[in-house]
Amino acid sequence: MIKIADLHKSYAMGQNSLHVLKGINFDVAAGEMVAIMGSSGSGKSTLLNILGMLDVADQGTYNLDGATIKDLDETKAAVYRNKFLGFVFQSFNLISYKTALENVMLPLYYQKVARKERIARAQKFLEQVGLGPWASHHPNELSGGQKQRVAIARALVSEPKVILADEPTGALDSKTSYELMDVLQTINDQGITLLIVTHEEDIAKMCKRIVHLRDGVIVTDEKVKQVKAIQHVE
Amino acid sequence: MWSRDRWQEMFYTLRKNKLRTALSGFTVAMGIFIFVLLFGFGNGLKNSFETFFLDDSTNTLWLYPGLTEKPYRGFKAKRRIIFRNDDLTDIQQNFAFFIQYMTPRISRGALVKHGKESNNYTIRGVAPGHQFAEKSIITKGRYINQNDIIKKTKYATIGRLVEKDLFGNRSALGQNIDISGVSFKVVGVFEDEGGDNEERLIYISYTTRQQLEKSNDRVDQIIVAFRPELGHAGALAFEKKLSAFMRKKHVVAANDRSGIYMRNVATDLKETQQFASILQLIVSFVGLGTLLAGIIGISNIMVYVVKERTKELGIRKAIGATPKAVVGMILHESVFITTMAGYAGLLAGVGTLALIGDSLEEFFIINPYISTNTAIGATLVLIVFGALAGYIPARRASKIKPIIALRDE
Repeated sequence: MIKIADLHKSYAMGQNSLHVLKGINFDVAAGEMVAIMGSSGSGKSTLLNILGMLDVADQGTYNLDGATIKDLDETKAAVYRNKFLGFVFQSFNLISYKTALENVMLPLYYQKVARKERIARAQKFLEQVGLGPWASHHPNELSGGQKQRVAIARALVSEPKVILADEPTGALDSKTSYELMDVLQTINDQGITLLIVTHEEDIAKMCKRIVHLRDGVIVTDEKVKQVKAIQHVE
Repeated sequence: MWSRDRWQEMFYTLRKNKLRTALSGFTVAMGIFIFVLLFGFGNGLKNSFETFFLDDSTNTLWLYPGLTEKPYRGFKAKRRIIFRNDDLTDIQQNFAFFIQYMTPRISRGALVKHGKESNNYTIRGVAPGHQFAEKSIITKGRYINQNDIIKKTKYATIGRLVEKDLFGNRSALGQNIDISGVSFKVVGVFEDEGGDNEERLIYISYTTRQQLEKSNDRVDQIIVAFRPELGHAGALAFEKKLSAFMRKKHVVAANDRSGIYMRNVATDLKETQQFASILQLIVSFVGLGTLLAGIIGISNIMVYVVKERTKELGIRKAIGATPKAVVGMILHESVFITTMAGYAGLLAGVGTLALIGDSLEEFFIINPYISTNTAIGATLVLIVFGALAGYIPARRASKIKPIIALRDE
């Protein structure tokens, strides 16, 4: 599904340049659920942004579902993002003046899906994350966990191949975090590939594979026995 | 561009962001409103200017005799020049080709009575041509005619306000009035667009006036109307010839402006029109300034709006909005707002001007108006610049990488 080789990225910091990613080689197969761990500054968010085509690498190759991602202009990147990827952010990034349902509908608007179908599909995915009754609520009327579930529904609605989540539980308490991981595990069970950046050990253990990053290189990459989040949810 | 979805999305966004919508709309509406108002006032100023200067015929030469200021051909300075009836016949005979009509004017103040009412008015002894020189409008009866001149009749044509003063609401036609002890019959009433003073005049035959003054043959001034088809250049040539003729006849030095003074209304008119176009220029300048201020206002608002939406635009891009979609959305919104608000401001401005009407006449603003073309043109300019002002920040926003837009503050 994802194949990256020899990925480099540095940021200009005034006179100096900060070398963040120093040659990453990394494959993800379809249906995997990968946790990317590392302390802050290890390069894990940068990696995720490059995978999400929100940022571009200086060097190296990136292959997503058989397509080489290279020299994309903004328009093409937008189309790829819309078609292949779903995003979940730490700070939810919902549009505050739209209701939960309308937020979920938005990716379909950019796919030029007809309004009726947008509503139907968005409603379906909201129900899947357990927020059917909250469809007409605005983000400020929802709890953190609910907001993140709206964000997940929004990531799912365009039926992507891969969902990229950047610290999805970072702003949530542990109980809500486990509930959310349960939702993500369910999605993964349906065959969608998940990449989750986190620095929380227990969250990482709920994935099927853990990749440790330190100072811009992968230090460990191991399959783990997945802990089902449902066990922690009472 | 015209898909229903897109309009729905736009209306939704505008409705959900009322403050932002109102703020940008208000700037545009205000800009257009002030522009329409100022431009209208400018036009009103021009209107009142024109009524001041343009109530008399413009194809006339006015000749005034006076005191010479230079010794000439054996005569001392300060000699009084007097025009007489033979000047009228001489001019008529020598310049018949150029002349449309001519009239003398002898002005005297007099106490005028009718019954118990009395007042002081200026009495002008004139010939029939005077009606055209002053553009007097006869509303009742007739003006002084050639028969009055020949027979030296005691008939008078009086101004509208003279009739009002002396007769109240009754008609003065056929009534007698007493002018300095001499009875005159009112044969006509006139109006004049030149204002109240022009309607407090009484016209009588100039020959009658001369007869009352011991049958002399003096005239105060001579008004000569040249044929309009002479044009400005022809009028100047005629003025030169007439001036030379009169100076030779009365032995006045060619450069003695005081002995015989000539005023050419055509030249005055040209100067007046020049002044009017300068006035127009100032009005346009004020209008452009207002428009510019409006454009700057819109630009500021648009920069603010796009800045405020950076995060939202980042989110939209992350979930699949192309740069074109982002720019299109902002442009669509801004053009829509400026069009609607511009139209509202236009209506408000035109409405206010209509409401003001002639109520500001004492400030020399008469019938302020703005032509439809100017108003619509100005609105279009604002819309175009509003779109441009939105486009530049929108383009920049569309180029920002989503991760930068999404970065937590």
